[in-house]
Amino acid sequence: MELITPDFGLIFWQLLVFGILFFLLAKFAWKPIIQSLAEREQSIDEAIKLSETTRAEMAALKAGNEQLIASARAERDVLIKQAKEASDAMIAQAKLDAQTAANQEIEKARVSFEQEKASAVAAIRKEAATLSLDLAEKVLKSQLKDKAAQEKLVTEWMADVKLS
Amino acid sequence: MPIKTFLKKMYFSNIIIGLLFSFSSFSLLANEESATHDSTQAHANVPATKEAESTKFDPGKLILHHIADEHEWHFFTVGHFHATLPLPCIVYTQSAGLQVFSSSNFKNEHHEEVPYNGLVLEHGKIHAENGEHVYDISITKNVASLLISAVLLLTIFIGIGKKYQDNPHRAPKGLQSMFEPIIIFVRDEIAKNNIGEKHYRRFMPYLLTIFFFIWFNNMLGLIPGGANVTGNIAVTLVLAIIAFIVTNFNGRSTYWTHIFAMPGVPKWMLIILTPVEIVGVFMKPFSLMVRLFANITAGHIILLSLVSLIFIFENAALGIAVVPFSLFMNVIELIVAFIQAFIFTMLVSNYIGSAVEEHHH
Repeated sequence: MELITPDFGLIFWQLLVFGILFFLLAKFAWKPIIQSLAEREQSIDEAIKLSETTRAEMAALKAGNEQLIASARAERDVLIKQAKEASDAMIAQAKLDAQTAANQEIEKARVSFEQEKASAVAAIRKEAATLSLDLAEKVLKSQLKDKAAQEKLVTEWMADVKLS
Repeated sequence: MPIKTFLKKMYFSNIIIGLLFSFSSFSLLANEESATHDSTQAHANVPATKEAESTKFDPGKLILHHIADEHEWHFFTVGHFHATLPLPCIVYTQSAGLQVFSSSNFKNEHHEEVPYNGLVLEHGKIHAENGEHVYDISITKNVASLLISAVLLLTIFIGIGKKYQDNPHRAPKGLQSMFEPIIIFVRDEIAKNNIGEKHYRRFMPYLLTIFFFIWFNNMLGLIPGGANVTGNIAVTLVLAIIAFIVTNFNGRSTYWTHIFAMPGVPKWMLIILTPVEIVGVFMKPFSLMVRLFANITAGHIILLSLVSLIFIFENAALGIAVVPFSLFMNVIELIVAFIQAFIFTMLVSNYIGSAVEEHHH
């Protein structure tokens, strides 16, 4: 069959054309194409990796910031608490001091009042004694003007003395 | 520097193609003259070849004529007008040496086959009248189509290659973005999968060349009036021989031990197994050759048969049924053009993969 008998001329040309085609395409087409495809893929790969690491770094940074903020907030809370405690303590102390001072004053005042009172009472008592003595003297002086009265009195007193 | 030298080469190949056509363009005119000469013969729609003097239509002859190679590029015949492009004949005989002449010399003004310089063109073959052996390396229809496809491939892919070289990190544009997915497909799905990550790069230029060579020639063959290049046994034979050489020259020890002493098989079995494996070494490229040839030729035969139906029944109304169906077949053939290129490349890379495979038992 003619159809399945390879023709010499066509074999010759096919070998030649395919050989030249392969040589030229391999050198001027496939080499740059394959190379730059590989390069492009690599650069895309690297860019993706870079963005991933950057994102991870950003996330780490953000987490660090948050931690920092949280710790600062905690520290602030502690400081405020401490300050409050200190001020409370100071106020309490001041109150206590004022109380004791007031108490001492009151005590002092009471003591001096007692003393004043005692001395006043003593003075009144002395005055009253003097007054009563003067009064008694005057009464006596007036009563003992007549003899009979004096005698009567003496007897009364004597009776009293006897009795006791 | 390489681009410059390449451009020179491209220019050179263009000159060759140009010469090829100018060599034979004058004879279109000559044919027209012969048509007017013949106008005395009355029957307008009778094919003018001498064996077709009876009006009987012979589809088998027509189809075989279309899928076979020829020394001139025949486009169509209307009445006695033959639109043919004569191609250069390059013939070597021991007595006359190398002869280069137009194939139109084999036809007289009545479009009948005549001997030229002691050579006769018979059934698409050139014989010497004195019976000596003729070495015929003429630029036949298939060779011309081959050269056109080569120029097409070189123009497209070197253009694309230059774009890649100029800005390798940019997104592809135009033709580049059309072929890039296919190139990546060949690389990832065919080469990497079958040959493996370690060796595939070495074979990429070869695989890409056969893939696009087969695909482009399949597509060119589908153009009406196109040549049946990949459906020619000589072309597929050369492709298969190259595949055979590439596979076996890259064979490693594992490959050869699997052929001559299959490991893990009882010794006596090797008496049967080794001859089978050796036959297999040759059968693989043989199957590549036959598969591509048969698929593409079959496609052409189907399309031509469908169209021939109209002429067999001599009924134009049949065209209403045949045209949509042949359109459907044509679309199928477009898919087949790609699939056959893919299968050929796939199988070659599979064979290469088994050849370069490393010992892993």
